[in-house]
Amino acid sequence: MVPEDRKYAASHEWIKMDGDTALIGISAFAVTELSNGNEGDMVYCDLPEVGRVLATGETFGEIESVKAVGDLNAPVGGEVLEVNTSIEDHLEILCDDPWKAGWLIRIKPETTDWGHLLDAEAYEGTLAEQA
Amino acid sequence: MPYIQNTDADRSAMLAAIGVRTLDDLFEQIPEELRLKRPLDLPAGLSELELKELLSERASWNSRGEQGSFLGGGVYRHFTPAVVDALQGRQEFVTAYTPYQPEASQGTLTAFFEFQTMIAELTGMEVANASMYDGASAAVEAVFLAAAVRRGRRKVVVSAALHPHSLRTLRTSLAWTELELVSAPLDESGRTRFDDCVDADTCAVLVQNPNFLGVIEDLDQVAACATEVQALPIASVYPTSLGLLRPPGDAGFAVVVGDGQGLGLPQALGGPSFGIFAVRQEFVRRMPGRIVGETVDRAGRRGFVLTFQTREQHIRREKATSNICTNNALAALRGAIYLAAAGPQGLAEVAHHCHAKATYAAQAIAALPGFSLPHGTDAFFNEFLVRCPVPAAQVNRALDKCGLIGGLEVAQVCTTPDALGLDEHHLLLACTETTSRMSIDRLLATLAELAPRTGAAGSDDASRPTTHQEA
Amino acid sequence: MNPDLLLFEKSSPGRRTLRLGALDVPQPDLTRLPAGALRLAPPALPEIGELDLVRHYTRLSKKNMSIVDSFYPLGSCTMKYNPVLHEEAAALPGFTDIHPWQDAGRLQGALAILRDLERDFAEISGLPCVSLHPAAGAQGELASLLVARAYFAERGEGERTTVLIPDSAHGTNPASAAVAGMRAVTVVSAADGGVDLDDLKTKVGADTAVFMITNPSTLGLFEERIAEIADIIHDAGGLIYMDGANLNAIMGITRPGDFGADMMHINVHKTFATPHGGGGPGAGPICVTEALGPYLPLPRIVEDENRLRLSEEAPDSIGMLRGWAGNFSVLLRAWCYLRRLGPEGIRRVSENAVLNANYLRARLRERWHVPFDRLCMHEFVANTRFQREAGVHAIDVAKRLIDLGHHPPTIYFPLVVPEALMMEPTETETRETLDSFVEDMLRIADECDQTPELVKQAPTTTPVSRLDEGRAVKQPVLRFRAE
Repeated sequence: MVPEDRKYAASHEWIKMDGDTALIGISAFAVTELSNGNEGDMVYCDLPEVGRVLATGETFGEIESVKAVGDLNAPVGGEVLEVNTSIEDHLEILCDDPWKAGWLIRIKPETTDWGHLLDAEAYEGTLAEQA
Repeated sequence: MPYIQNTDADRSAMLAAIGVRTLDDLFEQIPEELRLKRPLDLPAGLSELELKELLSERASWNSRGEQGSFLGGGVYRHFTPAVVDALQGRQEFVTAYTPYQPEASQGTLTAFFEFQTMIAELTGMEVANASMYDGASAAVEAVFLAAAVRRGRRKVVVSAALHPHSLRTLRTSLAWTELELVSAPLDESGRTRFDDCVDADTCAVLVQNPNFLGVIEDLDQVAACATEVQALPIASVYPTSLGLLRPPGDAGFAVVVGDGQGLGLPQALGGPSFGIFAVRQEFVRRMPGRIVGETVDRAGRRGFVLTFQTREQHIRREKATSNICTNNALAALRGAIYLAAAGPQGLAEVAHHCHAKATYAAQAIAALPGFSLPHGTDAFFNEFLVRCPVPAAQVNRALDKCGLIGGLEVAQVCTTPDALGLDEHHLLLACTETTSRMSIDRLLATLAELAPRTGAAGSDDASRPTTHQEA
Repeated sequence: MNPDLLLFEKSSPGRRTLRLGALDVPQPDLTRLPAGALRLAPPALPEIGELDLVRHYTRLSKKNMSIVDSFYPLGSCTMKYNPVLHEEAAALPGFTDIHPWQDAGRLQGALAILRDLERDFAEISGLPCVSLHPAAGAQGELASLLVARAYFAERGEGERTTVLIPDSAHGTNPASAAVAGMRAVTVVSAADGGVDLDDLKTKVGADTAVFMITNPSTLGLFEERIAEIADIIHDAGGLIYMDGANLNAIMGITRPGDFGADMMHINVHKTFATPHGGGGPGAGPICVTEALGPYLPLPRIVEDENRLRLSEEAPDSIGMLRGWAGNFSVLLRAWCYLRRLGPEGIRRVSENAVLNANYLRARLRERWHVPFDRLCMHEFVANTRFQREAGVHAIDVAKRLIDLGHHPPTIYFPLVVPEALMMEPTETETRETLDSFVEDMLRIADECDQTPELVKQAPTTTPVSRLDEGRAVKQPVLRFRAE
């Protein structure tokens, strides 16, 4: 089950309002796909500088396992306010808790109109197709 | 059929298991109109005996210069201990694939880990990869690395005395990029002068040591010149020379590349060899090619794996650091076995012999009337430039009559001979530990016969063209 | 001494294997060399005597799985038998001790072999102009893309910089396009595993330079619509590049030049039985049409008055991508292979490669899911769909096969099939070998049902068990350092 308190991009990023800013992360499915279910296989995460302004859909970083690499795309544009630096050295956080402690960046969203994104049910539907 | 073991009975049984009647039925996917309706027009197949006869005949059309060779220019005739052939030739190494399944490839992986360590030690660098194709292509990859690290800078400054194949390879590879190739000239001593060419738009400074004309470059000065503008200094080395000469890592170079042929590989018409690629630790993620790393298995035992694979084309595709896939692993293994056989003392001894033989030849040639050494007798490793009183081709023909392979008619192979002050009278001569004193003495005797009689030396000097540096 | 130690750990000061005799010329005066030229400290290479050196590498060789000891059905790699005669041929002094810049009159044997090979490859590919220069397949791809760029520039069509690449392609295709400064655009696969023509049509245009196709594809399927695809690309003014990785399936049966390809590379270390060597050296000759011939790399083999020579001059050539004419001693092995087999043998190679692959597929398909289950060419892709409930992944199957004495198939490729097991048995294997592999695959299928932990713990018979690849990246140790 994926949390219903946020929106999803088809490329597996989630975004969630947290006060008047928004957190962005990736779904448990994406983590499992990358790591093959083996948390030790997650090896590298490249996150943007604070202050960078992202456009919707823009690639803001990369995440790597030993055998795969995934682009991180901004589901919604906005200025990067904070980066979860603890992730870079402790990728297991991403495997253990992708929905909360495993957030990647905090942005000031340029819009709160997230109509282009998927809700939890629709996102789960796309996962069923890929399985 | 050679090498196919299926019998007609096998084929019948297998076709039945598949559920088709004939071999042709297996190709039903290929549209009829695209099929080849005739046999391939190739020579008829031979038995092993017949092929061996043909091989002997073809091999006999090639000449090896039985009395010795003075030809170098990037490919040298070195001695290889018999253990190198015997061990590299083991079919478990020869017929394995790239070690993507580490548990079934610890032999190759361990050997590459040792290879990386030896190359790092040899070049004075922190890390090395598991080899590239050759020296010329490795130089291009080093330039691409520098361009990526110094994104936005467009100038690649290279010594005019880079090997002409490295220069041509760079030109081809950079043709469709934003990078601009700038050639740094030589001074009268034969060393490259980078100072006037390097600026804040420069991402890479590439020098070959010894350079193509055999001259030992001032590595400290080159590195300082590059570092001053935050460009990456890159050196291309002749690995044998590092038994005697200063490794670029000690002079602060960012990347060291080179061609491994001298480390136990035959000349073999120029290939295959392997490329050396070593960097400072900070550039590991930008490195092209395969890298082996140490890790542990589930029981905590040491083991080796291909690592940082996400840099590579099979994962990162168009964003990879390079398109290289198959490299020159077996040739690199040969290099590793050679270096292990040599050890520090053996390699120093080989380098010392190369230098001693060349010095003996050079000093004697410099004393012959009409012959001169434009860069002197004190600034080379094992290869030196000679200006002859007669065309170099004529010298080589005379040597050929004695069973010797002469030197390189260097103006013919350089892309810009005029800029290097080279003409048809210049000959580049190389010696290695395999060059016997007898061969050198025979060379000297032949050259002496070509020397002008008394008084002619002066007229030769008059015919000597002025180089651009002198002008 | 622990035989598993590294050379550096076995090293002892003063030992060595290579020793030269006394110097027969005077000692040079090293102080005359320029200041700063000399090495101050010797490199810390291992110091080891000859017997222990022999034991070290002999022991390492036994830690490898290779064609000479195991079935090696590695998809898209064509791990066929590498005839031992080739090693003997390549070691003949007349082929090893020759310098590429020595007088061409003294190289006629070597040059004749290269000239023969150019003709052979032209005939097999149906593309008349050949360069043996590229060091490997990926360099052949790059050379060909640069040839295409030069060709378009000459025609005033320099804006053609897009390279269309199917999603099932090898990673080298898009990587080579990037190195050539071109834009890689992915074309998706259709439901039948071939190229989706509708998607292709939306992506082809005035900017299309090259369409790169692997035919048969990495799924082991011949692209039946290849003629239509060629028309689409050619009508748009583009060129077709054929990735020759799978040439082993079609030799003497159909020719890339006849089905519309304008350029291709050949992996001689796959199709023409030269050894893989643990990852090279291979060779990646390219074959192109007459129109593209002038742009091929240097040097060229030219013939004047019955004398062959290497020429480094050709006005329209793209230049060089490496030193020298090519990997000669690798090419020499391919020449031996072609001479032994002749035209009939070459066709038999493809027939038996396709036969062996289909036999394997037919025998495995009940227990191992084959997503595109129809007649295949020289390879096919299965996966672990039937084993999903057991929680067994492709990598587990691969490791278990190692325990049972077989090299695994290619796994997780092509990317379009999840959990892929890509199998290419090659023509040189016997029915008995294939049967024994099938029996072990069926055994693994049973184990997945009954004792999946056994499969997930594999391998247990190898010098090491599964290795922590994450640690190798996070705590990189890329060289030995003395404590």
